[in-house]
Amino acid sequence: MEQFTGKVWLLGDDIDTDIIIPTEYLALKTVKDMAPYGFSPLRPELAAQIKPGDIIVAGKNFGCGSSREQAPEVIKALGVRAVIARSYARIFFRNAINNGLLLIENDTLCNDVKEGDEITVNVGESIEYNGKTYPEAGGLVKAMQKLNGIIK
Amino acid sequence: MGSTLIEKIFAHNIGADSVKAGDIITVNVDRVMIHDIFIPFVKDKFEEMGFTKIWDPDRTVLIYDHLVPASQLDDPRHHHIGDDFCDKYGVKNVHRSDGICHQLMTEAGYVKPGDVAFGTDSHTVTYGCVGAFSTGIGYTEMASILGTGKLWVRVPETIRVNINGTLPEGVTSKDVILTIIGDLRADGATYKSLEFAGSTVDAMSVASRMTMSNMTVECGAKCGLFSPDAKTAEYCGLKGLDDFLTSLHGDEDAVYSKVLNYRAEDFVPVMACPSQVDKIKPVSQVILEAAAMEEGSVVPSVGLIKDGSIRVDQVFIGSCTNGRLEDLQAAASVLKGRHIAPFVKLIVTPASRKIYRDALADGTLDILAQAGAMITTPGCGLCCGRTGGILTDNEVVVATNNRNFLGRMGTSKVNIYLASPVTAAKCAVAGKIV
Repeated sequence: MEQFTGKVWLLGDDIDTDIIIPTEYLALKTVKDMAPYGFSPLRPELAAQIKPGDIIVAGKNFGCGSSREQAPEVIKALGVRAVIARSYARIFFRNAINNGLLLIENDTLCNDVKEGDEITVNVGESIEYNGKTYPEAGGLVKAMQKLNGIIK
Repeated sequence: MGSTLIEKIFAHNIGADSVKAGDIITVNVDRVMIHDIFIPFVKDKFEEMGFTKIWDPDRTVLIYDHLVPASQLDDPRHHHIGDDFCDKYGVKNVHRSDGICHQLMTEAGYVKPGDVAFGTDSHTVTYGCVGAFSTGIGYTEMASILGTGKLWVRVPETIRVNINGTLPEGVTSKDVILTIIGDLRADGATYKSLEFAGSTVDAMSVASRMTMSNMTVECGAKCGLFSPDAKTAEYCGLKGLDDFLTSLHGDEDAVYSKVLNYRAEDFVPVMACPSQVDKIKPVSQVILEAAAMEEGSVVPSVGLIKDGSIRVDQVFIGSCTNGRLEDLQAAASVLKGRHIAPFVKLIVTPASRKIYRDALADGTLDILAQAGAMITTPGCGLCCGRTGGILTDNEVVVATNNRNFLGRMGTSKVNIYLASPVTAAKCAVAGKIV
């Protein structure tokens, strides 16, 4: 099992592609040229602060808006190891997979985690943060046990 | 069991008796559209994949619209790369200054009812207005289609939207789609097909339907479809609708994930307020809320409160959402014999050269110019925030396009209100939100 630990950058709901990389930078020659402007409308300082291996945690509908494939590419170019959001917009979702950017869906982590904290991702299995494991149910058996009141 | 409109289009495309929501299928692509801003990336990926020829150059359309006329030093490079790409691979369908891609794809006859089309722009959903499936993809998937003519898709579930009755005077299809987006929210139709039906949409022009299909992506939809009818056939230059096209409507016993029912008489003029496209409020409510704010103050995500209302610095009428002849005519009917407020900049951008010429011929442009409008060349213009009309901190723009995302038309402190051409024109005259 692949496991990695990274520092969290916390973003909200509906982080659109114009926030991830504004249209005015889309004619720059390479994605690497665009990367310093990532997230600039929302947090101009963020791109310079993100270090390789960091993880973005966000709310619902991450990547809504345009079809620009530079959005997942810029996130990768900044060295972000994975994005963990409540949900993803359709075009961004396909573009991210086509570029090998790891997207994880989790409904509750964004409510609990604090920016700057570290989380550990066990790919395909779980996320560990602050002594708690996400997803809380931990698979179908545990979900059914929860349904039946065997575990809380 | 019956089928939804999208299920019928996809089944026909792959030659199956039926397909159902959730099926993964590989479709045969009828048409692709690439625009100037992404052509360098499409070309790089296409060649990196090892393709040496396009599966069907005649089904490929390249349109320059985001970077026309060029506004930044890097822009012309895209056009040179695009021209070289077309020379090298035999693409003849190229439009270098004819208008916005989504206007041209149906206007110039590239997309017909029942077609399956993809484009490198999220507003590719627009062609649902003629009953075609069309959606936006990234440049990597576009490169793979150029090589193979195919793409896998998941057959989407459908949200059916029934609208019946007559819209009140001054309420347009823009108010209708903004209201629906406000109800569904920005992620309410993610990965789904929106299917519009009812006497209200039957009575709409193809242009009005286009406005609605265009904005379905703003609630996450994969497509926004209308059944083709006699108006569609006329617009698309068809002699009539064959059996397949006549069958393109959602069956009564089809499975819908949700059904929304609206009475046309209930719609009112609305706006998407800064800076979320689903922050929809009736214009009357925006006015009332402003009246309760402190006079002379600059309110974040609202604007400057002047004389008890929100001062408007600029108005933009154009884009693939609302840059058509009927939109310009609607603005002209408000502006005829009047003049915009002295401090307002009114920018009008016809969606295509054809619309520009039609509006010139019928006197619409003259009315707008006399009222004080700056009329620009057809193209994406201010909508994508790259050319004429960039705004600065705390300014307010009332715009007829589709997105009011943070920073889209200038700094991240610009307040963008999305509205219909009628509302936009009224605001230009008043110099405030009215």
